[in-house]
Amino acid sequence: MVPLSWYIVLSAIVFSIGVFGFLARRNLIIVFMSLELMLNSVNISLAAFSHYLQSMRGQILVFFIITVAAAEAAIGLAILIAFYRNNPTIKVDEINLLKG
Amino acid sequence: MENIILNQLSYPILTYTVFLPVAGALLLLFMRNAGLIRVTTLLTTVATFVISLPLLTNFDKTTYKMQFVERHEWIPSWGINYFIGIDGISVLFIFLTTMLSVLSVLVSWKAIENKAKEFHTAVLALEAGMLGVFVALDFFLFYIFWEAMLIPMFLLIGVWGGPQRVYAAIKFFLYTLVGSVLMLVGIVVLYFTAGGTLDILTLSSLQYPLQLQFWLFLAFFAAFAVKVPMFPFHTWLPDAHTEAPTAGSVILAGVLLKMGAYGFLRFSMPMFPDATRMFVKPIFILSVIGIIYGALVCLAQKDLKRLIAYSSVSHMGFVTLGIFALNAQGVEGGILQMVNHGIVTGALFLMIGMIYERTHTRVIADYGGFATVVPWYAGLFIILTFASIGLPGTNGFIGEFLILFGAFKAQKLYGVLAATGVILGAGYMLWLYQKVFWQTPDPDYGPSGRHPVRDLDLREVVTLAPLIILIFWIGFYPNVLLSYMHASVEHLLQDVNMSAYAGKETLIAQLKEIF
Amino acid sequence: MLKYTLIPLLPLLSFIINILFGRNFIKDKAHWIAVPAVAGSFILAVSAFMDVTAGNVVNINIYDWIVSGDFHVSIGFLIDQLTSIMLIVVTSISTLIFIYSIGYMHGDGGYYRFFAYLSLFVFSMLMLVMANNFLLLYFGWEAVGLCSYFLIGFWFHKKSAADAGKKAFIVNRFGDFGFGLGVILIFLTYGSIDYVQVFSNAGSVVGQTINILGTDYDLITVICLLLFCGAVGKSAQLPLHVWLPDAMEGPTPVSALIHAATMVTAGVFMVARCNPLFNLSHTAMNTVAIVGGLTAIFAATIGLVQNDIKRVIAYSTVSQLGYMFLALGVGAYSAGIFHLYTHAYFKALLFLGSGSVIHALHDEQNMQKMGGLKKYMPITYAVFIIATLSITGIPGLAGFFSKDEILYRAYLGGDTGKFLWLLGTVAALLTSFYSWRLIFLTFHGKFRGTHEQEHHLHESPKVITVPLMFLAVGAIFAGYVGIPPLLMEHGDRIGEFLAPVLGHPHSEGSHAEEMMVMAGSVLVALGGWFIAYRMYIKSPELPKKVGEMFKPVYNLLFNKYYVDELYSKTLVQPVIKASDKVVLGFIDIKIIEGIVNGVPALIGAFSRKFRQVQTGHLSNYGLAMALGALAIIGYMIFMK
Repeated sequence: MVPLSWYIVLSAIVFSIGVFGFLARRNLIIVFMSLELMLNSVNISLAAFSHYLQSMRGQILVFFIITVAAAEAAIGLAILIAFYRNNPTIKVDEINLLKG
Repeated sequence: MENIILNQLSYPILTYTVFLPVAGALLLLFMRNAGLIRVTTLLTTVATFVISLPLLTNFDKTTYKMQFVERHEWIPSWGINYFIGIDGISVLFIFLTTMLSVLSVLVSWKAIENKAKEFHTAVLALEAGMLGVFVALDFFLFYIFWEAMLIPMFLLIGVWGGPQRVYAAIKFFLYTLVGSVLMLVGIVVLYFTAGGTLDILTLSSLQYPLQLQFWLFLAFFAAFAVKVPMFPFHTWLPDAHTEAPTAGSVILAGVLLKMGAYGFLRFSMPMFPDATRMFVKPIFILSVIGIIYGALVCLAQKDLKRLIAYSSVSHMGFVTLGIFALNAQGVEGGILQMVNHGIVTGALFLMIGMIYERTHTRVIADYGGFATVVPWYAGLFIILTFASIGLPGTNGFIGEFLILFGAFKAQKLYGVLAATGVILGAGYMLWLYQKVFWQTPDPDYGPSGRHPVRDLDLREVVTLAPLIILIFWIGFYPNVLLSYMHASVEHLLQDVNMSAYAGKETLIAQLKEIF
Repeated sequence: MLKYTLIPLLPLLSFIINILFGRNFIKDKAHWIAVPAVAGSFILAVSAFMDVTAGNVVNINIYDWIVSGDFHVSIGFLIDQLTSIMLIVVTSISTLIFIYSIGYMHGDGGYYRFFAYLSLFVFSMLMLVMANNFLLLYFGWEAVGLCSYFLIGFWFHKKSAADAGKKAFIVNRFGDFGFGLGVILIFLTYGSIDYVQVFSNAGSVVGQTINILGTDYDLITVICLLLFCGAVGKSAQLPLHVWLPDAMEGPTPVSALIHAATMVTAGVFMVARCNPLFNLSHTAMNTVAIVGGLTAIFAATIGLVQNDIKRVIAYSTVSQLGYMFLALGVGAYSAGIFHLYTHAYFKALLFLGSGSVIHALHDEQNMQKMGGLKKYMPITYAVFIIATLSITGIPGLAGFFSKDEILYRAYLGGDTGKFLWLLGTVAALLTSFYSWRLIFLTFHGKFRGTHEQEHHLHESPKVITVPLMFLAVGAIFAGYVGIPPLLMEHGDRIGEFLAPVLGHPHSEGSHAEEMMVMAGSVLVALGGWFIAYRMYIKSPELPKKVGEMFKPVYNLLFNKYYVDELYSKTLVQPVIKASDKVVLGFIDIKIIEGIVNGVPALIGAFSRKFRQVQTGHLSNYGLAMALGALAIIGYMIFMK
């Protein structure tokens, strides 16, 4: 039996990788993938707690997150493509339309 | 409740009056033809004027109570009602508003070529908003109308105005909004203090602690002082007046400026009587400064419209002076002067608009000798000039005299100082008249010149005639208006002078109480 | 009642009809409406006068004018002895001047306008004298000022006329400022502004004081002085006399009617009307007398050296008005009104006569360019002589009786009285001199104008000369209603007639004193004639020599003591400059607009700095978010 703490540590590691990727990588696609990593790390911990507490709520939330993540990825990529048509770059540090 | 009289008539006359312009505006949505739009707007305003007349004829002058009252639940969970009614103070402004709206449509007949539909929609929306402000007896309703009236005015200035219109419109809007927002805070505080009612009459009958009165008075003062406008909150006025199209200037001077003083009478004085008495002196000082300051600035103006705009500052200084004299003559004079100012300054802006259509200049130095060029115009203008100066026999005299009388009765020194404004008033108006109408005209403007200026046509005479008649009517028989006010003013003064804090009359003592 | 209401209403109707239809329809027929209207008023006024002599003093309220709180005032008429005399003066002279104007204004482009304004003036003046309360008096007071403004500026294409009209109105406003406050103070004191109520309670507030800026003053004195302010403005007394000479820019009939016979005497009328108040204040009475006396001599000295024929007469008017105030100030109210009444005739005659001269010379007003008109204009010359004899106080003519009465009453008026009498007598000498100077320069000697003018010299038409003759009759015989008791028992009929309103003079003197004063005034009248005769007939080169000899004095007088310049430098220019540079330029634009535009500018500047936080880089936002999350988690772990 794998103890709960292992799952949590795994989740934390994956989340940290996601955060690092989100902050450090310049390619927008990879930024997106980092985002997915973070979401999935949350999923890991939710599923683990669900199992640990013998409650279905955690797993229900996992399904929600998967759905939302799919939708988000779809919209995000759509925006990305639309943006790329006007401004042929996907490097994050070259995109600063919101600069004040 | 005992202090209202439910609508005496068989139909909801106030609702009809307020919402007829809205109905007219909706009708305009389906029209394309500019001529048709003009006629529809004119008919709507005339109809509004006509259906508002029974308010005057059926008005019960013997009572101070709210009349023609309509009350329906609107948002019961918040204690908000659709509650409207009028008394002797507001009835005259209904009349003034509906009348000036007709005239401002008439004067825009030829002047507005561009976006006529939007223009007339804005005018009608503005009329509904102004009427709503004067009839609302529920703070929620009042505030909606108060802010709703800003938007069409903002558009009138910003879209159909002169070269600096955007600056003027934004200045006007922000200035007024800052004041209104403070008033909104005041309203919210009142709502919670009174335990969840927005009924203006109930709120007026309650007693508030002096400290609360002090702060609430200031909050309301911010909104009203900007609207009046009192010195030193007046600088939006010259810009707004100068840039606004004629109809906008007329409504601005005729009705919008009255909202501030009306607010003092309807809210500040009955709700915060002790604070009102505390603020008499500061307001007297500001009023006297306004009177003299406005007049002096007029002496230095080079632009026709700006001059009249600054003269409004001077005249409205008289109004606040009279209102805060807190005696019958002062308050009645103040109310009458508001109506007078609406008539005279409204007419002056109408006339300036008419001449501007012909000469396309507002610079005083470009004129001269116009009494020879346009004699009828000059003849009507001199009547307005002397009504503005306050010559006996015109309405201006009655208002100014009663105000000076009231002020002198209350505080001699301020009465005397304010009276100097009468001398200066003669100075700048006669100077203006001489520059524009006397001496030798520029031959260019003559009948055989390059830009011949024609005299008034029938439409313009019809536009001006009611105002000219009112000037003399009120001048020789002011009781026609004064009689509406007596009961309400007397009741108001009873409220204000009923002191919960007698003996602490000096400002210092009261301020110690507060802080 | 209708009869009395019609007196002012007829001229008002004439005004309304002429102003509305004159331009397009009536045109040069305007007098067909105006003259009958004013003549009708005259007939009604005579009938009203008859009623009063029969003992019917009328006091009627027509309708409530202003009602507000405890303040209440009606439109109403009081027709008593004083009013009835004023009615006769106003309507009779108006009628004559209206007729005269038919000839004088013939062919003027604004003919209808002229008669319209003149009718409005008559209406206003009648309202002024018929009012039964102070506010209605104030109405008439301002309305005559309005008409004066229109009529002075009648030829508005001339800048000088436009300026003069404006000046008259604004200078009068200074006086009216005090007058208006006086009316308010009267109401606050007596609780009413009806003449009858105020005057019957006049004594009830004796000894009360009013606090002005920390000092206590006698209440009645303050009221009287405030009222007198108005009189000073309207009757062109020192220091508000400056508008009247300039008012000569108006057409001559206007000068005669408004600026000599009627409107400018409104101040005298008002003070006489308020005699129950003035009697209670020694200070106010002395002020009135001294202002009057000083004005009499001040204006007379200026009149000595002026060259414009109308201005000489204008200064003469100011001086004569000073006489009237002198009389009022020593308590001889009926003498003041008597002089008002005789003055109206001879001064109107002088003005209309000068109008006849100006007309003949095609608008030449400079006396240095006249001379020798005697043989061309015999009727004008004759009436001029009559008017001059009258004004200088030659026994037998109207002016003699009234002027003598004033000097005699002044003489009896205690210590200040003697001084005032001296002022009056010296002024009489000066009056005589400049009046004869005017005659000699205008009618005697050789004609000094152009040949062109000389060629066209002619006597004026009948429509001008007939009113002159009527006025001349007045200038001779108007005085016989006030023969001093010394010459005829019960001769002072006007004094007795007015006594119910104005009371009897306070002092009585001996026959010897009266004789002395009378002899003195006749002597100075003759003296003035003699000096003028010496200087302008015997040795015409003398005036120039005298002028050279007293150059500074001459300049001072010629420039009217530089009063206009003084006001311009100390009052008008500073106010205009201050309003432009200080009030508008500095306070309004710099300070207030500075704050109004400065606050948004400040917020804007702050935002421009602050917005640089928004880099637009996604990773920056992410980092901030991560750090924020860390901070919150840290807080929850370590601080809880």
